[in-house]
Amino acid sequence: MIQFHNVFKRYPGGHEALADVSLRLGIGQMAFLTGHSGAGKSTLLKLVSLIERPTRGQVLLDGVNIGNLRRRRIPYMRRKVGVIFQDHRLLYDRTVFDNVALPLIIAGYRHQEIGKRVRASLDKVGLLNKERVYPITLSGGEQQRIGIARAVVNKPPLLLADEPTGNLDPELSREIMGLFESFNQVGVSVLIATHDLERIADMPYGVFNLKDSRLLSNTVPALEENDHVA
Amino acid sequence: MSPDKSRKRGGQRMDRPPAHSRFKAYFVHHLRSLVASLGLLYRHPLSNLMTILVIGIALALPTGLYLALDNARSISSNWDGAAQISLFTKLTVSNKQAQQLADKIRLYPEIDQVSMLTREQSRQEFRDLAGYGDALDALEKNPLPAVLIITPSAAHAHPDAAQRLIEKLRKLPQADIVQLDLEWVKRLFAIMDIAQRSILVVASLLAIAVLLVVGNTIRLDIQNRRDEIIITKQIGGTDAFIRRPFLYNGLWYGLFGGLIALLLVGISVAWLRGSVESLSLLYQSGYTLRSLDLRSIGVLLLLSTTLGLAGSWLSVGRHLKQMEPQ
Repeated sequence: MIQFHNVFKRYPGGHEALADVSLRLGIGQMAFLTGHSGAGKSTLLKLVSLIERPTRGQVLLDGVNIGNLRRRRIPYMRRKVGVIFQDHRLLYDRTVFDNVALPLIIAGYRHQEIGKRVRASLDKVGLLNKERVYPITLSGGEQQRIGIARAVVNKPPLLLADEPTGNLDPELSREIMGLFESFNQVGVSVLIATHDLERIADMPYGVFNLKDSRLLSNTVPALEENDHVA
Repeated sequence: MSPDKSRKRGGQRMDRPPAHSRFKAYFVHHLRSLVASLGLLYRHPLSNLMTILVIGIALALPTGLYLALDNARSISSNWDGAAQISLFTKLTVSNKQAQQLADKIRLYPEIDQVSMLTREQSRQEFRDLAGYGDALDALEKNPLPAVLIITPSAAHAHPDAAQRLIEKLRKLPQADIVQLDLEWVKRLFAIMDIAQRSILVVASLLAIAVLLVVGNTIRLDIQNRRDEIIITKQIGGTDAFIRRPFLYNGLWYGLFGGLIALLLVGISVAWLRGSVESLSLLYQSGYTLRSLDLRSIGVLLLLSTTLGLAGSWLSVGRHLKQMEPQ
């Protein structure tokens, strides 16, 4: 699903955020991305969510080299990646329903279909009864779950989460992690950036550990699959 | 990755609505953003009303000037008597021959009507108007020719066409002198030409002003909705999708601005009509002030809508590119 081949990312001004990173996350795999702040986690996520392009090396997403993807194609590629942000990034002047429906409206679904899918998605995160309220009236955990519902509503093959449990108490964090696991169980690839090492220690998933812009360790099992350039 | 391979491996397929459904949804989305942007205008009535009023006033000025010119034209077309052509026959041409000539000229397509003064009538008129009665009586023979007074049809009253007609009449063997009080008509048309060009200049400048006003309003609107734009881009909204509501916003600004302009012009015409009528009564003319006809109204609304759309297009094109997810 995700492949990095000797990826370097240098920002204008000379800061090298990633240096010679090679990794692979197979289809249907779930893994964590760890490292202290400034180690390059955010940059790696930005590359995968097509916000930045690599300076050198190849980033393949679903077999497509994003380094030379044309600007016009980027929106369609982004739809394959459901992104969950630490700060939720919801639209606070719209209802929960409208927030979750946005990816479907963008993709051009029909009205009835949108209603069905949004409710299914909200049901999955346990907020079906909140569809008519505005996100601002909800707790942080609930807002996070709406962010998740929005990320999965168009069934993307890959979920990216940036510190999804950063501001939540342990009880809620466990719930959110459980949600990610349930999506992974139906075949979605999941990559979660976190610094919550305690939480992930007893979870049966591989970890990419970044340090000083380099990949320090990689415990993600390599899948035998043809996840190569299309 | 082909779809069936991914299904086999992951059991999860990125699904897309079928093409016909996307096509239909595309139009539904257009309609929805059209209505939604109207709703947005309605929710912020005060600031939007200001923008619309500015556009309306900017458009009302050239529209009013155009209407004034249009009225001046229609008045001057009532004066096409000024474009009468006088044909003086040669002295050898008898009254009867002159009458035959008049009948012949009457058949020209360029001619509205022809009236004739016989040689005796010419002398009578000259005697009455010029006061040379005694001098004329002293002459043995009538020195004045028969005169044909020719009124060109409206299509040929314009100086160039009238000039061509005169050239044609001069070639007639019976004709001695053919003349038209062309200077007067020429001057009038020249003045109107200047007026028309001035209006065009004013209208162009104000059209640019409308573009800038709409562009600036849309720019502020884009900045206010920065978060929404960035989030939409992040979850895969195309540039066209993001642009659309702003373009429709500009379109509404233009359309409502045009309607305001119509309203302002309409009020002005109603207010002036009474005074114009009492003035024209003093000239014993039944002239009434003309208002905009349907065609002009259509052109104005089309233009204002286009300007609104173009203004927002310029603004959106420049400012949306600068907003990328971070």
